[in-house]
Amino acid sequence: MSDAEARAERLAVTFTVNGVEKTVETLPMKRLLDVLREDLALTGTKEGCGEGECGACSVFVDGRLVNSCLIPALQVEGSRVDTIEGLARGGELHAVQRAFLEAGGAQCGICTPGMVLAAVDVLRKHPNPTDEQVREGLAGNLCRCTGYMKIFDSVMTAALAIASRDGEGAA
Amino acid sequence: MRSYLPAFACKAPASLDEALVTLASEPGKWTPLAGGTDLMVLFESGKLPPGHFLSLWKLPELRGIEVTDDAITLGALTTYAEVREHATVAFELPMLAAAARESGAIAIQGRGTLGGNIMNASPAADSPPALVAYDAEIELVRASGARWVRYRDFHTGYKVMDRAPDEILRRIRIPRRDPGQHWVHFYRKVGTRRFQAITKVGIAAIGRVEGGVARDVRVAFTSVAPTVLAAARTEAALEGQAFGPGLVAAARAATRADVTPIDDIRSTERYRHQVAENLADSFVHALFAQKA
Repeated sequence: MSDAEARAERLAVTFTVNGVEKTVETLPMKRLLDVLREDLALTGTKEGCGEGECGACSVFVDGRLVNSCLIPALQVEGSRVDTIEGLARGGELHAVQRAFLEAGGAQCGICTPGMVLAAVDVLRKHPNPTDEQVREGLAGNLCRCTGYMKIFDSVMTAALAIASRDGEGAA
Repeated sequence: MRSYLPAFACKAPASLDEALVTLASEPGKWTPLAGGTDLMVLFESGKLPPGHFLSLWKLPELRGIEVTDDAITLGALTTYAEVREHATVAFELPMLAAAARESGAIAIQGRGTLGGNIMNASPAADSPPALVAYDAEIELVRASGARWVRYRDFHTGYKVMDRAPDEILRRIRIPRRDPGQHWVHFYRKVGTRRFQAITKVGIAAIGRVEGGVARDVRVAFTSVAPTVLAAARTEAALEGQAFGPGLVAAARAATRADVTPIDDIRSTERYRHQVAENLADSFVHALFAQKA
């Protein structure tokens, strides 16, 4: 099946990043991770392992948490991509970001963008998560600094903050 | 070392027909690419041979889960996340849902597909044993037609399967079971950690007990043979038999004969033999609702 003579042609890929439509000229198999960092200067998305194990490159594609290191550029044609840069709105941090600050969920910061997006994904699925649901939801994100406990605390802090905010909104 | 990007041609056909025509016009030239959770790992580490790749990811014809009176049919691009979220699949095919839950972690599950898991043909894949145990059939399509294959017979050797170079896996059909019968579904994945781990030994087994004896037993293993293993000797040892120490011993011996594990980076032949036997033993106890 291999073909050493293959020559890829650059193509235009159009997709939405954090709500804004972008078109990049790229080789088709360039990783979404590299398109975000190099072509679009969105360096919040990090590279850790480059093989789908560590979660540092996590982003949302069409609402699904994915590893952007495993996605070739041409597969995001027409898709909606949401990165860490799009999480804060109007200068206001997302509740999960605030919770990571308050509970000490970030140390060196390399895993943090992916960890925060994975936490957002957990809380979308389980607004009032169990410890088990948090651990499963973050199982694909590795951290070598914190020992995880402060990250789990951050997610629970965020869940409480969101619940109390939504409660006030409803009242 | 990273792969040389310009040597990887890739295109995304707009329809299944276009994909099939491309495959038919140049058989063997194009390698289908689904969610990328296997191929892109090889690509990044420089182990994927350069060539031509055909991205199937956005083809609607390969998506969706359909439930009819007699079968659950899953498009080849059904992701693990979609398997987990589908209420009928989770209820009637709990071993497939368990395999989906224990494959990688959330971000892999949003992208990895059942079709990719089958066609990548890893001997350690997690969904194939569940598909074998559930008597799945798969549909292969090419420009000139389509055919159904019993999944149990599909893999014929290490990364060798009953697929022509111009064929694409379209969907997977699983017969529904009589809800009036009590089925025991037994799925265990043994790995180094609960998520983000490749299996050392895994089992998917199902059966029921009628009149005190085992009926309609299916047993499949992963990571103990060059392909997903349909454990025919183990099935035969159990079928029509009543519970007892003799049956447990017979099942263990049959499993020992069924599996052909090897030493590799994840485990050893000896460990895998022992664990495969233990899993067969546990299944027999679970099937007859006996304490191990």
